[in-house]
Amino acid sequence: MAQILVENLEKRYRIAERKPGLWGAVSGLVNRVYRDVDALHGVSFSIEPGELVGYIGPNGAGKSTTIKILSGILVPSGGHCIINNRIPWKDRVAHVAGIGVVFGQRTQLWWDLPVIESFDLLKDIYRVLPLAYRTIRDELITLLDLEALLDTPVRQLSLGQRMRCDLAASLIHQPDILFLDEPTIGLDAVAKLSLRHFVKRQNRERGTTVLLTTHDMDDIEFLCDRLMLINHGTLLMDGTVNDLRSSARRVVVDFEVVPALSPEHLALRLDPGAPLTERVEFQVSSQVPAFVSAITAGYPVRDLTVEHQPIEEIVADLYRRLK
Amino acid sequence: MNASAGLMLRLAPYLSVVAIRFKILLQYRAAALAGFGTQLFWGLIKIMVFVAFYASATSPPPMSFAQVLVYIWLGQALLALLPWNVDSEIATHIRTGGVAYELLRPLDLYGFWYARTIAFRSAPTLLRLGPMLAFAYLFLPLIGLSEWALPDPAGGLSLLLFVCSLGATLLLASAITMIMHIALLWTVSGDGFNRLMPGIVPVLSGLTIPLPLFPDWMQTFLYWQPFRGVADVPLRIYSGHIAATEAGFEILLQLAWTAIIIAFGYWLLIRGRRKLVVQGG
Repeated sequence: MAQILVENLEKRYRIAERKPGLWGAVSGLVNRVYRDVDALHGVSFSIEPGELVGYIGPNGAGKSTTIKILSGILVPSGGHCIINNRIPWKDRVAHVAGIGVVFGQRTQLWWDLPVIESFDLLKDIYRVLPLAYRTIRDELITLLDLEALLDTPVRQLSLGQRMRCDLAASLIHQPDILFLDEPTIGLDAVAKLSLRHFVKRQNRERGTTVLLTTHDMDDIEFLCDRLMLINHGTLLMDGTVNDLRSSARRVVVDFEVVPALSPEHLALRLDPGAPLTERVEFQVSSQVPAFVSAITAGYPVRDLTVEHQPIEEIVADLYRRLK
Repeated sequence: MNASAGLMLRLAPYLSVVAIRFKILLQYRAAALAGFGTQLFWGLIKIMVFVAFYASATSPPPMSFAQVLVYIWLGQALLALLPWNVDSEIATHIRTGGVAYELLRPLDLYGFWYARTIAFRSAPTLLRLGPMLAFAYLFLPLIGLSEWALPDPAGGLSLLLFVCSLGATLLLASAITMIMHIALLWTVSGDGFNRLMPGIVPVLSGLTIPLPLFPDWMQTFLYWQPFRGVADVPLRIYSGHIAATEAGFEILLQLAWTAIIIAFGYWLLIRGRRKLVVQGG
C-alpha cells in the first residue's frame, strides 16, 4: 500500500483585500472584503516507500502548500490524505514524530545555541533514546562533515553550513519520510553537490522516502526518478524525468562557413527568426539520424553535437504554455 | 512508581525546553544589571515616599511599615516575574511564520510554549533576585540603614509558604503571559500588549501601591482578580500580613486562577491555530 496517498486535495485561502489609499484603509475597518484564492485544486498522487520524488512548479504553484498539508501544519479545505495510515492534521503529534521536514527558507535550529545543543534538544523533544541518538548523531556528523561546526552558534554559520546542519537536524529521530522544501535555494555549487549526494545516499541506503521541491533542475536530474509538475494548484504531469524530456533533440552544428540552408532545414532551426551565422541550433523531433546525415552530406560541417533539450527549457516552455 | 516514571518521560521534552531557554536567557547579564540598577533606585524612592506617608498618618495604616518594606524590596526583586511583556522569540516566530516548525514537533503546542514562557519569566527574575536581596537584606544594615532594610520573614512556616506561593506565582504569571503570546496570532505585533500591560499589571498586582492600602470599597474587587496572585499574595505571606493559617487557601486561589487562565489559553490557542491555518503558516 502507498506510504503517502493524496486524493483530490484542495486548499482555499481567504485573503482580506484592502483598497488602496487612506479611504481604503478606513473602509477596510468597517467592511472587510475577502477574496478566495485556490492554492490547491484537486491534487492527487501516491508515493510508495523508498521513492525519491521531485515536485516542481513556478512560484505560487502550490508546492509549499502541499508540503505543509502533508506535514500536518495546514488543514486542507477538501480531499483526503493518508500518510503511514494517519491523517496528518488530525493526528499531528504522532504524524510529525515519523517525518523530517526542511524548509530551505528558514532554520529549525536554535539561533543562539551551538549546533550540537540544538541536536541534543531535538533528541529530547523527539524522545530519542540515548544510545540510538549517539549512533545516528555521529553518523550524520561524519556524512555531512559537521565536526568543525558543532560548537558554533547557528547565527554564525554560512547558508551552506546551516543547511547541512538543518538536514542533520531533520533526521535525528530517523524519520522514514523526508520533505525538503527548496533545500538548495541560495547554496553555492559545492554545497549543492554535497547536499544532493547526501540526500541520494539517505534514500538509497536507508530507504527514506523523499519528496523534494526545487527550482534547480540539476537537483531533479541528479536525484529524482519521478517528477511531479504543478501549476495553479493542479498537477500537470506525473512521470519520469525522461517523459518530460520528450524525444526532441537539440542538434548544434558548427559550419565551416555561414551555410545556405534549404527552406526545409531553415524551418527546423530553434529560433527561425535569428540571422544565420556559422553556428546553427536545430530542434529535431524525429528521425534524428536521417537529419544528421542530410546535414553532413549537404554542407561543410566542422563540428556537430546532439543533445537533450536542457530540462530548464522544457519546464520553462511548459510553464509558458500553461499560463 | 511506574506512573510517575511514565509522567517524567512524558514531561522530559518540556523540561528540556525550559532548561535550554533558561540557559540562553541567563546570558543576558547586562540587561539584568541595568534592571537591577533601575529597580534599586525605584525601591529607594518608594521607601522615602512611604516614610513620608507613614510619618504623617493620622490613623494606623492597614499595614505596618516593616510589611511595606517587604512589599517594596521583594516586589523590586521579583519585578521581572510580572506578566507585562511578551517573549520576543515567540513574537518573532509568529510574525515570520516560524510557527510552522513549532507545529512540526511532536509536542502539544500549548505545553511547548508554556515551557518556554516559564523560562522566560523565571530566568531574568533569578538574575536580579540575588543582587537585590544582597543589597536590601545585607548591605543596607551595613551602612547603617537597617530601618530601611528587608525585614526577616514572619516565621519559618511563613518563609516555607512564601516559597510555595512563589512557585504558584511563576505558574500564574506564565499562564497570563501565554494569553498575550496566543493573542499575537491575531495582532501579530506584540507592541500593543507591551504598552498596555505595564499600565495595568503593576497596579492590580500591588507593585505600584500595596493592595491593602487601597480604599476599602475597592478591596473586594482587588481580592477577586487574578493579578493579585502575581505579587501581592507571596509578599504578604512573607511579611505575615497574610497569616500562615490563611496562606494555604491563598495559594490554592493562585492555583485556581492558573488553571482557569490555562484553560482559557488552550481554548484561545485552538481558535488561533485555525486562524493560523487560514494565513497559511
